[in-house]
Amino acid sequence: MKLIIAIVKPFKLEEVREALTNIGVQGMLVSEGKGFGRQSGHTEIYRGAEYAVTFVPKLKLEIVVSDDLAASVVDAIATTAKTGRIGDGKIFTLNVEQAMRIRTDETGPDAL
Amino acid sequence: MMKRSLFLSLAAGAALAVSPAFAQEAAGTGLPADGIWIMNTLLFLMGGFLVMFMAAGFCMLEVGLVRSKNVSMQCTKNIALFSLASVGYYLIGYTLMYPGDNWMHVGYLASLDPFAQLEAVGLADGADAADYASTGSDFFFQLMFCAATASIVSGALAERIKLWPFLIFTFVLTAVIYPIQASWKWGGGFLDTDYGFQDFAGSTVVHSVGGWAALAGALVLGSRMGKYKDGRVNPIPGSSMPLATLGTFILWLGWFGFNGGSQLAMGTLGDAGDVSRIFANTNAAAAGGVLAAVLLTQVLYGKVDLTMVLNGALAGLVSITAEPLTPTIGVASLIGAVGGIIVVFAVPLLDRLRIDDVVGAIPVHLFAGIWGTMAVLLTNTDATLMGQVIPIAIVGAFVFGASLVVWLVLRLTIGIRVTEEEEMMGLDAAEIGIEAYPEFGKGSQFM
Repeated sequence: MKLIIAIVKPFKLEEVREALTNIGVQGMLVSEGKGFGRQSGHTEIYRGAEYAVTFVPKLKLEIVVSDDLAASVVDAIATTAKTGRIGDGKIFTLNVEQAMRIRTDETGPDAL
Repeated sequence: MMKRSLFLSLAAGAALAVSPAFAQEAAGTGLPADGIWIMNTLLFLMGGFLVMFMAAGFCMLEVGLVRSKNVSMQCTKNIALFSLASVGYYLIGYTLMYPGDNWMHVGYLASLDPFAQLEAVGLADGADAADYASTGSDFFFQLMFCAATASIVSGALAERIKLWPFLIFTFVLTAVIYPIQASWKWGGGFLDTDYGFQDFAGSTVVHSVGGWAALAGALVLGSRMGKYKDGRVNPIPGSSMPLATLGTFILWLGWFGFNGGSQLAMGTLGDAGDVSRIFANTNAAAAGGVLAAVLLTQVLYGKVDLTMVLNGALAGLVSITAEPLTPTIGVASLIGAVGGIIVVFAVPLLDRLRIDDVVGAIPVHLFAGIWGTMAVLLTNTDATLMGQVIPIAIVGAFVFGASLVVWLVLRLTIGIRVTEEEEMMGLDAAEIGIEAYPEFGKGSQFM
């Protein structure tokens, strides 16, 4: 099993969710967050004075899938979350040792 | 404005001194004297409750431009200052402002005897002038202007001042400082008799007075923590643009009473026409201020700055307040537009001077107030250059000086500023104990 963590632009969430459900993903966790990357935020002007927006709003998606689905999940996110402009985000893939569905005690890929 | 007209007219031995230039007595039979008195009184009452609602406008504008951790405090200050002004103006203010013949030093300082005594209300015992309006309506209307002056101060000092010293200052301002200088013009004092000063509804007498008091307070109080750091200006964005916008619209509405009511009479065709003209001009000036700020911030910053646009509306309104009757609607828009331009340049200027004015009260009420008072010269032939400039300077020196003394005394005695820790925590928690948005999760109190 793989844990895929994707950081995406907030307005891309619906597109990503649709693409993932289309390829058989059955669940995901979404959290709101703020962060910065190589771009280091941007500047805005308020009442005539410039100020740095050092943390930009992002969404963090966490998805656990079976090994055979992982590549297509990464692919689907990369395709739908892409705008081609700076700040599109990142995708990380991690190994998952174990999974368990609390209600039924199922473990492994059956629990996903 | 109001009694000022009454005193002028008494001095001239004429009836009501209402803008002869515009009063066109068209063919008609005219109202009987009772009808005129009733209509004048009605104008004061309607104008008065419109101006009263400006207190809500100031409150909403201010809470929108402070961080969410200081919103309850701002609400508390606004409703308390309005109520304190109501008491202070009754106890001392009204007597100081409209002495009639009862001066301690003629033209400069009214006698305070009788203390806290509103003239008996009603025509029966001769207390009310039969050719003016009811004293009750006049007091009510005048009080609202006094309260508006205090509201101006509240926004500039937001987010770091303690509640009680602010309220003490409010009492001194509304009971003493404002009424004394207002008596010089509207009470028939020396600015009126010696200089022929023209200030129809108070660009100077109300708005710049609030601005001067706010400037003195901002200087004594110092800037908010983190606003000016390492030689840089760090903007502190407000918590709610919808509330700030609502507040501005409420002020805009209230201003029709502020300027329109200052005609002081609506019992003749000429007066009714003038009041209507004032409404139209007042609206035009606000629109001019908005559009100037929209265009200018777009050009200067690449994006329209809503908070500057809101200030632009108010600056336009302040600009037309000294003379809302004689300009054409087009000229009124331009006078307002200049006010909007002044604000867009004055806000960053104050920041460069390290004067932290949270809501832009000083650019809007002081700078645009001075401009509006000078703009009288454009359309009103009764105004003279020195007759405008000298009173602006005299009122400024008196109000700024008196306010500075009061602020310094407060700072040296009970202190006017919260501790650093309280400022970081937010005044809602530190001074009031009620957060404005307790269930909204992490707000600016964590930043």
